[in-house]
Amino acid sequence: MATRTEPAVEVVDLERTPLRELNHRLHAPADVPERWRVVNPGGRHAIAVGVDAPIEVDVEGHVGYYCAGMNQQATIRVHGNCGVGVAENMMSGSVVVDGNASQSAGATGRGGLLVIRGDASSRCGISMKGADIVVRGSVGHMSAFMAQKGCLLVCGDAGDALGDSIYEARLYVRGQVASLGADCVEKELRDEHAAEVRALLERAGIDDVDASEFRRYGSARELYNFHIDHAGDF
Amino acid sequence: MCGIAGLFGKSPVVTEHLGEHLGAMLSKLSDRGPDSAGVAFYRDPAPAGATKVSLFSPDPHYEWGHVRDGLATAFGGDPEPEVRASHAVFVVDADADRAQEWLRERHPELRIMSAGERIEIYKEAGLPTDFVARFALEDIQGSHALGHTRMATESRVTTQHSHPFSTGLDLCLVHNGSLSNHNRLRLELQREGMTFQTDNDTEVAAGYLTWRLREGASLREALEGSLRDLDGFFTFAVGTADGFAVLRDPIACKPAVLAETDDWVAMASEYRAIAVLPGAEHATVWEPAPATLYVWERALV
Repeated sequence: MATRTEPAVEVVDLERTPLRELNHRLHAPADVPERWRVVNPGGRHAIAVGVDAPIEVDVEGHVGYYCAGMNQQATIRVHGNCGVGVAENMMSGSVVVDGNASQSAGATGRGGLLVIRGDASSRCGISMKGADIVVRGSVGHMSAFMAQKGCLLVCGDAGDALGDSIYEARLYVRGQVASLGADCVEKELRDEHAAEVRALLERAGIDDVDASEFRRYGSARELYNFHIDHAGDF
Repeated sequence: MCGIAGLFGKSPVVTEHLGEHLGAMLSKLSDRGPDSAGVAFYRDPAPAGATKVSLFSPDPHYEWGHVRDGLATAFGGDPEPEVRASHAVFVVDADADRAQEWLRERHPELRIMSAGERIEIYKEAGLPTDFVARFALEDIQGSHALGHTRMATESRVTTQHSHPFSTGLDLCLVHNGSLSNHNRLRLELQREGMTFQTDNDTEVAAGYLTWRLREGASLREALEGSLRDLDGFFTFAVGTADGFAVLRDPIACKPAVLAETDDWVAMASEYRAIAVLPGAEHATVWEPAPATLYVWERALV
């Protein structure tokens, strides 16, 4: 019987290796190691973007803009804070941020899971289209703006204008909501929603929060169609 | 897009190498603002009753000795200038009004970039990395400093259009963003007696703060007033004799990162400009909230 061994970890030091070389190697169609460790990120932008392989990438430190953007299949963990647009337009896989995330975390994501263990600032989940986002802390203003599909679950508070012009994304917030945006309303948390919250918490590895503590928000569907009766308002 | 950096020293690790550290931050922000760069340093206070002025000459062969001789005759003392590239800093043995009035009258070919007890402003068109070398920032020590790299979106690229803008004695402003009501506001401020050197939007914000302070507002009141009276996008950093303040507009789409260690407090448009500071990997790092004023002053640290 063959002995199962841990896959070797490919270590890339961004103080010595150009970022373009790292991303080029992560994009190579064959011969991509399964596990990667990126050290000295130094706040650089666009680290590990466009990965399309079932690999694991651990980034040891703070990153700049658009880290893990367009991710497919990969599990990318950032052991630090993120700049603008972490995991934007994610298609699948998962991105986990140990620290805080700046604006527009998970923007336009179509699939996969984004977990932020700290806080996310404004516009978290803006125009999300099917990805799931779990924030252990709080989110800033205009989060889930024009969110179309997927779930945004916030264990802390939400800033002003949550879910402005929202479509069919589902929002769950455990703490205070500073204000709701246009056409976003609170909705009943039925059993199927509590089950969804439980599943999201489990996927995010959060076990000290009860699903019943969340409130659900979504679209009132009043902005979907143009009402001729309102023509005089414009 | 522009880049902002602010650095406040809490220990000699930073204050003895302030220019070197700010220069490293500006270089990282070079591609956010490759058009021009500028800095304000707070250092070497002028003696009581005297005023420090930063002057700019567009003539690369300007004879600063004429200015020195004139100042010595008019006010006494030995006002030997400290020349850095196109700028010179004089300590004039007179109050700020008299010193500036004399300079404006006798040397209209010069621009007064700043005046006060501690402030020095240097700014110039061109690539920030070149600016850092040309102005020999690595020599400069001081208590705190602000810097700016500019990518012009609304007015020309010249020395005068570069940041920081002086907003009064020992005060200056750097800005990332764009203001949409600056033309109307400039007219209103001109009616109040304010004068402007350029058509730049940030100079109007600086003029607004100067006017509010002149009318008796505190710096906090003036900055909070800007949330109401300025329309547009901004992250501001304001330098004062004792420290600096940071303010983002309520929409907060212009970036800002704050970080603090036992040795320093820093703000920058992006974390990568903070990553160059000693001990950055162990700093407390956070993003300033919208429409919220953050202030660091020596008395508070």
